[in-house]
Amino acid sequence: MATVATAIHTSGLVKSFGATRALDGLDLSVGAGEVHGFLGPNGAGKSTAIRVLLGLTRADSGTATLLGGDPWRDSVALHRRLAYVPGDVELWPTLTGGEAIDLLARLSGGLDRARRDELVERFDFDPTKKGRSYSKGNRQKVALIAALSSRSELLLLDEPTSGLDPLMEVVFQDLVAEATRAGTTVLLSSHILAQVEKLCDRVSIIRQGRIVQSGTLQEMRHLTRTTVEAETERPPTGLAELPGVHDLSHTDGRVRFAVDGGRLDEAIRLLAAAGVRSLVSHPPTLEELMLRHYGDRVDAETRRHDAAEHQAEKGR
Amino acid sequence: MSATSTTSGGDVPAPGPPAVRRDGRTGLVGTGALVRFALRRDRVRLPAWLLALTLSTYAMAVALVDSFPDEAAREAVRASSTSPATLALNGPAHYLDDYHYGAMLGHQAIGFVGLFVALLCVLTVVRHTRAEEETGRAELLRATAVGRHAHLTAAVLVAAGAALGVGILTGLALSSLDATGYTPAGALAFGAAYAGLGLVFTGVAAVTTQISAHARAASGTALAVLGAAYALRAAGDSTAGGSTDWLSWLSPVGWAQRTYPYLDNDVGPLLLCLGTAGVLTAGGFVLSLRRDVGAGLRASRPGRREATAWLTRPVGFALRLHRGLLYGFTAAVVVLGAMYGSVLGDVESMLQDIDVMQDALGDLGGGVVESFAALVMVPQATIVGVYAVLATLRARAEESSGRAEHLLATALSRRSWLGSHIAVALVGSTVVSTVGGLTFGTVGAVATGDGSLVLDMALAGLAYAPALWVTVGVAVMLVGWAPRAAGLAWAVPVGAFLLGYLGALMRFPTWVLRLDPFGHVPRLPAEAMQWTPLLVLTALAAVLVRVGLAGFRRRDLDTR
Repeated sequence: MATVATAIHTSGLVKSFGATRALDGLDLSVGAGEVHGFLGPNGAGKSTAIRVLLGLTRADSGTATLLGGDPWRDSVALHRRLAYVPGDVELWPTLTGGEAIDLLARLSGGLDRARRDELVERFDFDPTKKGRSYSKGNRQKVALIAALSSRSELLLLDEPTSGLDPLMEVVFQDLVAEATRAGTTVLLSSHILAQVEKLCDRVSIIRQGRIVQSGTLQEMRHLTRTTVEAETERPPTGLAELPGVHDLSHTDGRVRFAVDGGRLDEAIRLLAAAGVRSLVSHPPTLEELMLRHYGDRVDAETRRHDAAEHQAEKGR
Repeated sequence: MSATSTTSGGDVPAPGPPAVRRDGRTGLVGTGALVRFALRRDRVRLPAWLLALTLSTYAMAVALVDSFPDEAAREAVRASSTSPATLALNGPAHYLDDYHYGAMLGHQAIGFVGLFVALLCVLTVVRHTRAEEETGRAELLRATAVGRHAHLTAAVLVAAGAALGVGILTGLALSSLDATGYTPAGALAFGAAYAGLGLVFTGVAAVTTQISAHARAASGTALAVLGAAYALRAAGDSTAGGSTDWLSWLSPVGWAQRTYPYLDNDVGPLLLCLGTAGVLTAGGFVLSLRRDVGAGLRASRPGRREATAWLTRPVGFALRLHRGLLYGFTAAVVVLGAMYGSVLGDVESMLQDIDVMQDALGDLGGGVVESFAALVMVPQATIVGVYAVLATLRARAEESSGRAEHLLATALSRRSWLGSHIAVALVGSTVVSTVGGLTFGTVGAVATGDGSLVLDMALAGLAYAPALWVTVGVAVMLVGWAPRAAGLAWAVPVGAFLLGYLGALMRFPTWVLRLDPFGHVPRLPAEAMQWTPLLVLTALAAVLVRVGLAGFRRRDLDTR
């Protein structure tokens, strides 16, 4: 198969469960070799989208292409080339963790024993216990070890580290980074924003079954406001009149405001004209980007206010 | 803080959280709510069981009067029931002292339908305790204001209520009958015998649920106790003289039978049941304190670090999941086959004077032994039908638990995944049925000295395979097209049981009888082999399996 520039492409995916529209025209695009963050509040449709990509669920309408194939029709051939880690791993009560890992890895197309042993070591996992006696985090490790030992082209990770301790979280991030260097494409659904910020090249935010924003973190920051805090020799002039400047305040020779990405340059020029003594600027955190899209009733004004307040706290 | 202490004279208790109130009954807090919750969950299941158990006993009681219409017929049954083998099958010889209808019912039903009362109680206790813990749901509830003992107490109350319910309903139903030996007092004693047996096994399950961390092992252990109790009383009752009677007094099934309803209406053995139930239940509570929520009493041993190559093949994996079920049912048909086989030597003398049975057997053709042997295969095939449904629905359980999702996200196709479960169900039911026939034939050959029975009965068992495949096919169809209604597959074995066991005596219309796949199987070795119905059943099974598989490949995976 020729190399495909896009690993995952969906357009207009719709999936309803009774009256609930879990996917409502989902357009998702993930380039080959990229680590793509998939963010959204609970119930936004992340898991449904991943299940459609796995061919476990069939979309009502719309198209999906995965590694150049149709996720429903070519599911077996595609599954040979990808690995999946669900957010809630259910194990067989009578099988040991080691048996479950081998089972999943072999059925995926082959078991690399050396690789598996290495991962068991790195995740500090005891493979001799029976299914139910594992904790949540250890059950996750079963799926993670099976998935990462297969050296797939594509990793579909649905909140893969829920229940893992911070040490194991680091191990996971290292392993994903290694996989990426080897050219693996990753779709990472996660609520751990630090994880996403660290690992992901691009991010798509899903809400109520559709993608509301997609792009690199840089692009997304550009689209939102940066908070600027400066101490100047003279009170700066013209800031209040500059379109795109919000929440302007002066206290004891210090000025604070939020400015739209496109107006940052002009605002800084005005500050420079007033003689900058000190300057702190915070790009919006991913958390703030997310908050813009989360929550139904939060109106735009309160959200901006909250974000500004939050930044003020972080600045201190 | 100092300001307030000066004004109140320095006698203020140290600030802090309010003291926790303790009283002796906190362990039971929430029991009432859990009982209501259990009844809500079982609002179909429990009434269905109660109705089925009451009706089948009632139907037996009515059928006895129809089958043996006069004193002479009853005397014939009595005379032929004195052999060790029939006593082992039915119950103690004291019932034979005055063999009116009441005595016959007590003799034959308590040791048979009573087992299902015990089964109901075991399943109810396990369902509301260990199964809840295994899924983690109990943990959620235990974290609320629910006492340590509330789950077990609620489960025991519901199971005990079910046992008493069966007892009362059966007693009431039977007391409406009017024939020689049927008395209201006897009817109530009969119901009490059911209830007593149910209560003991409620207690047994209260203990076994503490031992293992798995629901299946908990019910399996309790059912093994039931099997042992049955075997003890069978051995104890086999000598009419009473020299081994003490063995039966070790068995709760023996106690229930020794109430002698309609004869003595003896309360003594019931007190033994109540006492044992109480001690066992108390033991369950004590043991439950010695373990953690979700854990068993025994720490689980470490297992294999790696999977064998066989396990990671789809069929090998399916077989591993089905192993326990397959072993259990094989053991059951072997025991059953051996029991029925051992009475085969007495059949001729037992049946020669009973006109109705002669008529029924005469319809089949062949000798008396062959006819009886063919009839015995019907309930056995039904039991294997239960296996066929359980085995097929295991795939559905894997799906709804979310475990199938892991496998189907690998390069395993849906066809191979479901197909491997179907293959195990098809081959497994064939093997179990044949082994049952083989055991029956072998033990029967020893009892009668007729060596040809070995092969004949193995083939008779094998002949049921196409009907079992249809049973699997119906379950696959439901799994494929109506997964949430997959439980309807139980209609096949339950229907076969009702029609096969009671049908001859209750005279159902022909079209109803035709619906039963087991009814189309030639009754070997009494009847001649007929290939046509077997080929038709096989073709039907193939179509059902194919269409069911196609449905499964078309639909969404239905998790939880």
